[in-house]
Amino acid sequence: MSAATTTPAPAGADERRGRPLGLSGARVLRSEWTKLTSLRSTRIALAIAVATLLAFAALGAWLTVRHWTAADEASRASFDAAQRTLVGVLLAQLVLGVLGVLAISGEYATGMIRASFAAVPRRLPVLWAKLAVYAALTFALALVTCAAAYALGNAILAGKQLDAGLGQAGVARAIVGAAAYLTVVGLLGLALGAITRSTAAGIAALVALLLVLPALVSLLPASPGQTIGKFLPSSAGLRVIALHHDPTALSAGAGFAVLCGYALVAIAVSAIMLTRRDV
Amino acid sequence: MIEAHGLTKRYGERTAVDDLTFTVRPGVVTGFLGPNGAGKSTTMRMILGLDAPSAGTVRVNGRRYGDAAAPLHEVGALLEARAIHSGRSAHDHLLALGQTHGIGRARVRQLLELVGLGEVAQQRVGSFSLGMGQRLGIASALLGDPAIVLLDEPVNGLDPEGVLWVRTLLRSLAAEGRTVFVSSHLMSEMALTADHLIVIGRGRLLADVPMADFIARASPSRVRVRTPQSAELARLLRRERGDVRAEAADVLEVDGLTCEAIGERAAAAGLTLYELTPQAASLESAFMELTHDSVEYAAQVAA
Repeated sequence: MSAATTTPAPAGADERRGRPLGLSGARVLRSEWTKLTSLRSTRIALAIAVATLLAFAALGAWLTVRHWTAADEASRASFDAAQRTLVGVLLAQLVLGVLGVLAISGEYATGMIRASFAAVPRRLPVLWAKLAVYAALTFALALVTCAAAYALGNAILAGKQLDAGLGQAGVARAIVGAAAYLTVVGLLGLALGAITRSTAAGIAALVALLLVLPALVSLLPASPGQTIGKFLPSSAGLRVIALHHDPTALSAGAGFAVLCGYALVAIAVSAIMLTRRDV
Repeated sequence: MIEAHGLTKRYGERTAVDDLTFTVRPGVVTGFLGPNGAGKSTTMRMILGLDAPSAGTVRVNGRRYGDAAAPLHEVGALLEARAIHSGRSAHDHLLALGQTHGIGRARVRQLLELVGLGEVAQQRVGSFSLGMGQRLGIASALLGDPAIVLLDEPVNGLDPEGVLWVRTLLRSLAAEGRTVFVSSHLMSEMALTADHLIVIGRGRLLADVPMADFIARASPSRVRVRTPQSAELARLLRRERGDVRAEAADVLEVDGLTCEAIGERAAAAGLTLYELTPQAASLESAFMELTHDSVEYAAQVAA
């Protein structure tokens, strides 16, 4: 019944490798890579994230060195070279989280999602490919940038012998962890964008989870407040960047697992809604 | 071939598409006609599996659209709401869509030239005019060399040259043996392009007829006659079972008799005729009559 016999396959359909026209996981991945990298908003967001991480590393280290002599014992004791140089993560998470939201909400806002789902009627491959492409791009870039930011901050901290080399316990984990944290926050954003199908609502949900919820929990009395607080996505996830163990908080591994749990739940919900709703 | 069977879509209380059964055949242009809000776009989204039917089924080339191994090769669609990300260039938009099926840059460039967007291929779609957006949408529809072309209001926003281009394109796609299904709310446009008509109103099927039949049905049998002997002629024609009304002292309007019949009767009776004119009821008015009761948003005349 298909007109495949009357109409030749179009030129350019992977003709070099002679593969027939049709869907495949690898092809959907390539499509999503083109989508993500062909948008100006992606380039802008990534550039801002890189600049933020580097600038805050320099600023954090410089302020520490400058005020070290005047600092009291408590703040000296709590000094953490990784947290100080990777402080830009706090801002970069919002930039990359918004980029995650936009990766899918932009398609809903423009109607592109209909073309995407008409091309891939099973829909879920589109979501998986978006998540994979976003994760690969963000993690690679964030890893290089966090390493550079750490090196930069460390060079400045060396002025007061406050630097901690890559070989020191937890430093390598903190750098990789910062990149992983940023990536997972972005994936959380992407899932929230898929659930809300709206840029504004997706960003609002992300900001609520990352910033507003911790602020609200801090208003609670200490005993429930601290317990709930350490399981929130940002406070749990950010433990991966700390060099020192904090007995009141989760361990680096447990904290990161909690963050991943939030992201996985959001992704699962978005996947279910994606297949059930009309577009 | 598109086969809809009992296709129904309800949004809460409102029934947007109501028990539609029709078949769209290859090799001809099928017009999908109805007033705004009749359910045309909803039907098209259900064909593509974007909206799930509340009841009924629709099959594309004999199977569910979602089961196709190469959906873009089965159906190419231009959807009413321009389904294009405004931040991407025309080239990247087509490339991203095509890559899902292994369609490469060569085909994308070829299509951009075909629709006349070769020179603006690298410009962001957000800067495009409505007409350029329509052309890009048509290029998206043709990307996978589809057996079925589904176009929702393709001439919207096109200049006269663009309208003509779409007409020619639709005819040639049908001539290549493809199934061409085009929606419009303009009868006049359909009259020029479609071979077959499916008319809906308020989600219900009103007509599923060859264009020629629709035209024949709409064609007038009313004739305007001017004669100084109108009373005699009226009497004569009434005997011939004509439905005659006097419009003025010397003007009659006759239903049910052809010009030829009236002329011959008048000549036989020796009556003088000054004028004998068939009154062409337009296709537009035939369409309006057909859909009259099902116009969703009729302008209300103040009582």
